[in-house]
Amino acid sequence: MNADLSESLRQAVLDAGNAGTPLMIAGSGSKAFYGRKATGSLLETAGHSGILSYEPTELVITARCGTRLSAIESVLAERGQILPFEPPHFGQNATLGGTLACGFSGPRRPFAGSARDCMLGCRFLNGEGEMLSFGGEVMKNVAGFDVSRLMVGAMGTLGVILEASLKVAPKPERELTVCFERSVEQALSAMNRWCSEPWPLSGLAYDGTRIFARLSGSERAVDAVYRKFGGEVLEKGDAFWEDLREQRHEFFRADGNLWRISLAPATPVLDVPGDWFYDWGGALRWLKTDAPAEAVFRAAEAAGGHAALFRGDSGDGQMFQPLNERLKSLHANLKRAFDPKGLFNPGRLYEDL
Amino acid sequence: MVYRVHPSERVPHRVDRDRFLQLLCEHVGSDGLLFDAEDLRPYECDGLSAYRELPWIVALPETIEQVQAVLRVCREHGVPVVARGAGTGLSGGALPVANGVLLSLAKFNRIVEIDRANRTARVQPGVRNLAISEAAAPYGLYYAPDPSSQIACTIGGNVAENSGGVHCLKYGLTVHNVLEVRIVTMDGELLTLGGSGYDGPGYDLLALITGSEGLLGVIVEITVKLLPIPPCAQVLLAAFGSVEAAGEAVTAIIGAGLVPAGLEMMDNITIRAVEDFAHAGYPIDAAAIVLCEFDGIAEQVESDLLKARDIFRTQGATEVRQSTGEAERKRFWAGRKAAFPAAGRISPDYYCMDGTIPRKRLPEVLRRIAELSAQYGLAVGNVFHAGDGNLHPLILYDANKPGELERVEELGGKILEVCVEVGGTITGEHGVGVEKINQMCVQFGAAELAQFHAVKRAFDPAGLLNPGKAIPTLHRCAEFGAMHVHGGQMAHPELERF
Ligand SMILES: Cc1cc2nc3c(=O)[nH]c(=O)nc-3n(C[C@H](O)[C@H](O)[C@H](O)COP(=O)(O)OP(=O)(O)OC[C@H]3O[C@@H](n4cnc5c(N)ncnc54)[C@H](O)[C@@H]3O)c2cc1C
Ligand SMILES: Cc1cc2nc3c(=O)[nH]c(=O)nc-3n(C[C@H](O)[C@H](O)[C@H](O)COP(=O)(O)OP(=O)(O)OC[C@H]3O[C@@H](n4cnc5c(N)ncnc54)[C@H](O)[C@@H]3O)c2cc1C
Repeated sequence: MNADLSESLRQAVLDAGNAGTPLMIAGSGSKAFYGRKATGSLLETAGHSGILSYEPTELVITARCGTRLSAIESVLAERGQILPFEPPHFGQNATLGGTLACGFSGPRRPFAGSARDCMLGCRFLNGEGEMLSFGGEVMKNVAGFDVSRLMVGAMGTLGVILEASLKVAPKPERELTVCFERSVEQALSAMNRWCSEPWPLSGLAYDGTRIFARLSGSERAVDAVYRKFGGEVLEKGDAFWEDLREQRHEFFRADGNLWRISLAPATPVLDVPGDWFYDWGGALRWLKTDAPAEAVFRAAEAAGGHAALFRGDSGDGQMFQPLNERLKSLHANLKRAFDPKGLFNPGRLYEDL
Repeated sequence: MVYRVHPSERVPHRVDRDRFLQLLCEHVGSDGLLFDAEDLRPYECDGLSAYRELPWIVALPETIEQVQAVLRVCREHGVPVVARGAGTGLSGGALPVANGVLLSLAKFNRIVEIDRANRTARVQPGVRNLAISEAAAPYGLYYAPDPSSQIACTIGGNVAENSGGVHCLKYGLTVHNVLEVRIVTMDGELLTLGGSGYDGPGYDLLALITGSEGLLGVIVEITVKLLPIPPCAQVLLAAFGSVEAAGEAVTAIIGAGLVPAGLEMMDNITIRAVEDFAHAGYPIDAAAIVLCEFDGIAEQVESDLLKARDIFRTQGATEVRQSTGEAERKRFWAGRKAAFPAAGRISPDYYCMDGTIPRKRLPEVLRRIAELSAQYGLAVGNVFHAGDGNLHPLILYDANKPGELERVEELGGKILEVCVEVGGTITGEHGVGVEKINQMCVQFGAAELAQFHAVKRAFDPAGLLNPGKAIPTLHRCAEFGAMHVHGGQMAHPELERF
C-alpha cells in the first residue's frame, strides 16, 4: 500500500507543463461533491501514501498525501491521540491531501483549532514541478512566510501536497455530551455565554430543538462539571458528533442545496428562508435552502462572514463567496506565484484561478 | 558584525528628501513627520541594538487613509518603507533602511471595540499586547498569547512576528488567536483578511500575513480572539540532577497526555543567575529545573497536578514543589520571567538566540552548545520553552571587548545551524529580520527561497516593503554558502561587502 510516488507525480507535473494541459488532482474522490468542477487530466495521489514518522511525545505525525485519514487516525488512537481538528472524512478512503486541500475541520474546531492551525509543515510540488518544503515538524517555526498553512483550503490550486506534518493532541480521558431543549434565540445566547465562561467544552451544536454540548477532560473534572452544568445526558454522545461531522445527521439527508456559512458565533439568526443547523457554538451554520446564491452570499457578507455552497447546484456555478476586486487580484497574483502556467485544478475554487 | 546590507537588497532611488517631505506633509501634516537627526535617533534600532541605522524620514500617520497615502507616495517614487510597532523585536526586523521611510504605528493605539458576546477585541496595531487583556478583564476574558515583552510590544508587531509566549503550548501562537486583519498593501489598497468567524473566503491570507515581518503589507487593524480567564492555575517546580533527566521528564509529561499551560526548563547557569536576581527560591544546585503549570477548572488542575507530580518523581526529580497559592505561583514564575535581566546582571551583555528543535534531541543539542561554548570561550545559559521545543540560549559576553560581538554572532549562527541539522528551525518566535538572514540560506534551498520571493512579489512587486529582511536574496546566499564551504575564506573578494 505504501509507496513513494513523488518522482512520478513530479514527472507528471513537468509533462503537463510541457504539454500545457492542466491537471485535476484527485485523492479518493470522496469530496468531489464539494467545490467547482475542475478541468484537466486526472492526477491521482492516492497511491502516494504512508506514514513517514510519528512521534507521540513530540505531538507530530508526518504522512504522505495519499495516506488514508482513517489509517492516520487509527495509528494515533493506538497511542491515545487524535487529530485535534476532528476532520470530516466523507468517505472511507478520504486522503490526508484532500482533507488539507479542502481545509475541513469538524465540531472540535472552535476549541482545539482548525486544519490549518494543526499544519506544521509540508512538502509540495509547485507548477514548475519543483519539490518544495516549508515549515517542519516542530511546533514553533517563523522562518520565512507560512506557506504550508496557505496550502490548507487552497483546493489544490497552488500545488500538489506531497507530505504534511500535523500537530496532534491527546485524546481527552473522558467526554460527555449533554442536551438542552431551547429555542434558537435562547440557544445562540446560551452557547455564546458558555463560551465566555471557563467550561471545558469541546463541541457545541444546535439542531433546531436541542443544544448539544460536549464536555472534555479528566474523569473527575467532567463529573464535577456535569454536576454544575446540568442537561440531559446523551447516551451515544460520540456517535452524535461523528454523525454531525460526517453529515449523516437527519438534517443533512434531505435533498436540496446545502450551504456552509461561517460568521461570528453570536450573530442573530440570518434572514434567509430555509432550515438551519448550528455548529461551532453558532460560528458555523448549515443552511438548507432553495434561496438564490446571491441572497445567501449577501446575508453572509452583511454579517462579516462568508458562505460556500457545500452540496448542490447554484445554477451559475458560483460556489464560494465572491471576492472583491482587490482580493481577487491578490489571489490571481498568488496563483501565478505558485502555478504560473495555471496547471492545478483550474476553476475548482474560483472561475479564474 | 556579521550582518551587512547586501548590495542586491538595496533599493536605490534619487528622490530629494526635502521635496519628499513636502509630498508626505500634504497627507500626514508636519506633526506626522520627523527628520532631524536627534528626532530620528530613537528609531535607529529595535531590540537588537547592535545594529543601528538612522532612517531617512519617520512618518507617524494617525488614520488608515494616511497610511494608504504614505504608501502610495512611496510606491510612486520607489522609496522603501519599514513598519514599526514598539521596536521590541529581537531580530532587527524594524531596523530602518538608510534611504527609506520608517512608518511608525505608534499613534494607532486605540482599542476599537471589545465584543463581549463574540469574545473578540478589534484593535489598532499600536495597542500593546497586555492592554488587550487589561481591557478584556472586566468581562472575564483575556488575550492568550503572552510574549515576555507584553507590557511593551504591540499587537501589530505580534502579528508581523507570529509571536509566542509561555502559554502557547496550550493556547497557540498569534496565528491561532487572530481572526481578522486589515492591511494596506504597498500600492495603498486596503484589504480585509480572515473574517468575523473562524475562517475567511479564498486562500488563507490571514495565515500568510501572520509572521510576514512587515514584508507583505502594513497591518492597520486586528481582531483577536479572547478566551475566558481560567479560574484556577497552579505550577509545579521540579529539580533534576541532569539536563537529560529534565528533558526526559518533559517528554514523559507530554507522553502521558497532559497539556500543561506552560512547560519551561532552565539550566544551572540560568538558575544561579536568576536566583541571585529574583530570589524565586530555586534550588541552585540543580542541573536543571522544570516549571509545569496547569490551568482550567479546579478539578482538572488537581487531577493534572497529581499525575504530573507522579511523573516527575518517577523520572528522578530531586525535588518537586507545588505552588500553594497565587503569590507562590507568581514567585515561581518570577524567576523564569527574570531570566533575561538576570543574565544582564552576571554579564555586561547577553545575546538571546531563538531556535526550535524536536524536543527529543534536547540532550544532544545542549551537549553541542556546551562544546561550542567551550570552543568560543563564551558562557551560554539555556532557557527553554520545553513544551514546544523552543530553545533560547543566552550567550554572555562583553561588547566592550573588541571583536567579542562578532564571535558571539558566529557562535550564535553555529547554534542555529545545529538546530536545523537536528530537524528544527532557526527561529521559533523572534523572526529572521536581519539577524538570521544568512541562516535562512542554510535552512532553505534556492527553490524555496525563489518561491518566497514570488510570494513577496504577489504583494509588493517593486520590493519596497522592508527590503533586506527575512528572505535573503539568492546573491546573498551564494556568497554566504561560498564563505561556508571555504571555511571563512571569502569567495569573490572583489565584491563589495561594506
Ligand atoms: C479515478 C477518478 C476519476 C475521476 N474522473 C473524473 C472525471 O472524469 N471528471 C470529473 O469531473 N471528475 C472526476 N473525478 C473526480 C474529481 O477528481 C474530483 O472532482 C476532484 O478532483 C476532487 O478530488 P477528490 O475528491 O478525489 O479528492 P479528495 O481527496 O476528496 O480531495 C479534495 C480536494 O483536494 C484536492 N487534493 C487532493 N489531494 C491533493 C493533494 N495531494 N494536493 C493538492 N490537492 C489535493 C483535490 O483536487 C480536491 O480539490 C474522478 C475521481 C477519481 C478518483
Ligand atoms: C525582553 C523581551 C522579551 C521578549 N519576549 C518574547 C517572547 O516571549 N515571545 C516572542 O515571540 N517575542 C518576544 N520578544 C520579541 C518581540 O517583543 C516580539 O517580536 C514582538 O512581537 C515585537 O513587537 P513590536 O511591536 O515591538 O514590533 P517591532 O519590533 O516594532 O517590529 C517587529 C517586526 O514587525 C514589523 N511590524 C511591526 N508593526 C507592524 C505593522 N503594524 N504592520 C506590518 N509590520 C509590522 C516590523 O517591520 C518588524 O519587522 C521579546 C523581546 C524583548 C525585548
